Amino acid sequence: MTAAASLRRRLRWYLPTIAVAIGVILAWEFIVISFDIQQFLLPKPSAIFAEFSQQIRLWLAPDERSILFESSGATFWEAFGGFIIGCGGGILVALISSRWTIVSEATMPFAIAANSVPIIAFAPIMNNWFGITNPASKMAIVAIIVFFPTMINTVRGLTLVDARQLELMRAYAATPGEILRKLRIPNALPYIFSALRVASALSLIGAVVAEFFGGPRATLGVYITQEASAFDFAKAWTAILMASIIGISFYLAVLLLERRLMPWHASLRGADMA
Amino acid sequence: MQSAGRQSAIWARDINKIFNPGAEEEVIALQGINLTVAAGEFVSLIGPSGCGKSTLMRLIGDLTQPTSGELLVNGKRPRQARLDRDYGMVFQAATLYDWRSVSKNVQLPLEIMGYAKAERRQRAQAMLEMVELGAFSEHYPWQLSGGMQQRVSIARALVFEPAVLLMDEPFGALDEFTRERMNLELLRIWQRTGKTIVFVTHSISEAVFLSKRIVVMSPRPGRITEIVENPLPYPRDFTTRNAPAYHALVAKVRELLRDAHDSDEAAG
Ligand SMILES: Nc1ncnc2c1ncn2[C@@H]1O[C@H](COP(=O)(O)OP(=O)(O)OP(=O)(O)O)[C@@H](O)[C@H]1O
Ligand SMILES: [Mg+2]
Repeated sequence: MTAAASLRRRLRWYLPTIAVAIGVILAWEFIVISFDIQQFLLPKPSAIFAEFSQQIRLWLAPDERSILFESSGATFWEAFGGFIIGCGGGILVALISSRWTIVSEATMPFAIAANSVPIIAFAPIMNNWFGITNPASKMAIVAIIVFFPTMINTVRGLTLVDARQLELMRAYAATPGEILRKLRIPNALPYIFSALRVASALSLIGAVVAEFFGGPRATLGVYITQEASAFDFAKAWTAILMASIIGISFYLAVLLLERRLMPWHASLRGADMA
Repeated sequence: MQSAGRQSAIWARDINKIFNPGAEEEVIALQGINLTVAAGEFVSLIGPSGCGKSTLMRLIGDLTQPTSGELLVNGKRPRQARLDRDYGMVFQAATLYDWRSVSKNVQLPLEIMGYAKAERRQRAQAMLEMVELGAFSEHYPWQLSGGMQQRVSIARALVFEPAVLLMDEPFGALDEFTRERMNLELLRIWQRTGKTIVFVTHSISEAVFLSKRIVVMSPRPGRITEIVENPLPYPRDFTTRNAPAYHALVAKVRELLRDAHDSDEAAG
């Protein structure tokens, strides 16, 4: 009874979103047909879905291969590896630098400046450093892209602590280590997760765009450029669809982790929604 | 003199506190403060805004240092008293940690002091029961009302049995009704535990109702104008507020505060 009720409520919550999605797809199909738009400008959604299910069939068949799914896997690992290295590094550097105020004060202006640099422009250089077909070249770009926002947000979260909450620790004669563990880090968690959510999207964008500058055949960025130049736009669009699916799943995974690690926050949001 | 200092919970002689000395925004927050608080006493600080009540509390609690003068807490320097964990502090805002449940918030000082988990839990639960929040131990702060949050912060201040309780306008944000209930509860806790309590308030009736002595202060520079003895016997309850002696004291403190305020006007 309660499970059914909650399912119904959740459905009602998502219904507008689902309706909009279906509406947009139908309108897209309708516009392409009625204005007779060329497939290289904009393929019909039905053509994209047909190509997509064909790829799924190839992927599931034991003696066939789907370049699309192989590409998706490769790009996912580049994005994920870069995400882990970059975000992990950002959090680590922030933790270390917050221990010595001078260090974080000296490095923050540089981090903020670096954060405004279009790091993707370094992709060709990374290709030279690591080798164009080496996944490390893409991972490096992704790692650098996500490093700065993560580090900056983590430093903010560790240092923007309520003065009273800090005085409380002082009154208990807590050591700097205890203050870090019991006050600064929990205080930083919402900041870190807002950075990770941004980073999850950035990492996939970074990997795909870096692949536009060249990479192994079986990666989404290369797949998109090759199929587009071969005028097989339904194929190019399925790759874009895959990139979107991976990006959204990535984002949702971070969201899920956030709810697991910060129950006090998630339930707060839940209370708002009810 | 020193021996008197050793016996008292708080012993302050000729305390001066000047913020930004020499600078243009120099403020003489406290001047010539002499105050002795006996162990187990309940003392209130009252005075107009800016007269240095919070500053005096923060000096006692070693959150800031005096410019000159001598201050002993339980016969020790405030810093030593703080390192010995002699203070429980309650601020105007409850200052709970959002990411901790009510019980975990109360356990925080015990964690830092290295108590074992079982004892932490059991002590926190006992304290929460004392402030009548036993059923809320697994709730998060945002699920409680302002008055409940403030009671949690009182439980947290008491849980490690500090010798001295410093309370800076703890009930300032509460409505009159909740405030009176909290006053009764605080008196009950005080009588049960025998702590020394220094209590800052803006409310004359609250100061008279709670304390054994009322320290009336005046601003610019912050000084003690008078220390009023309160002869009303303990235990006090809601009938105390009907006693003629209670009303006489309220009137007296109001008069003293008006004098302090007038002299401030004349000076400024
Ligand atoms: N950190 C500080 N730096 C400079 N001046 C300060 C500081 N803290 C307090 N003061 C000044 O000292 C004086 C006393 O401040 P305090 O906070 O002790 O007053 P208070 O009696 O607690 O007032 P209220 O009742 O409004 O809380 C004020 O004039 C204030 O401006
Ligand atoms: Mg104050």
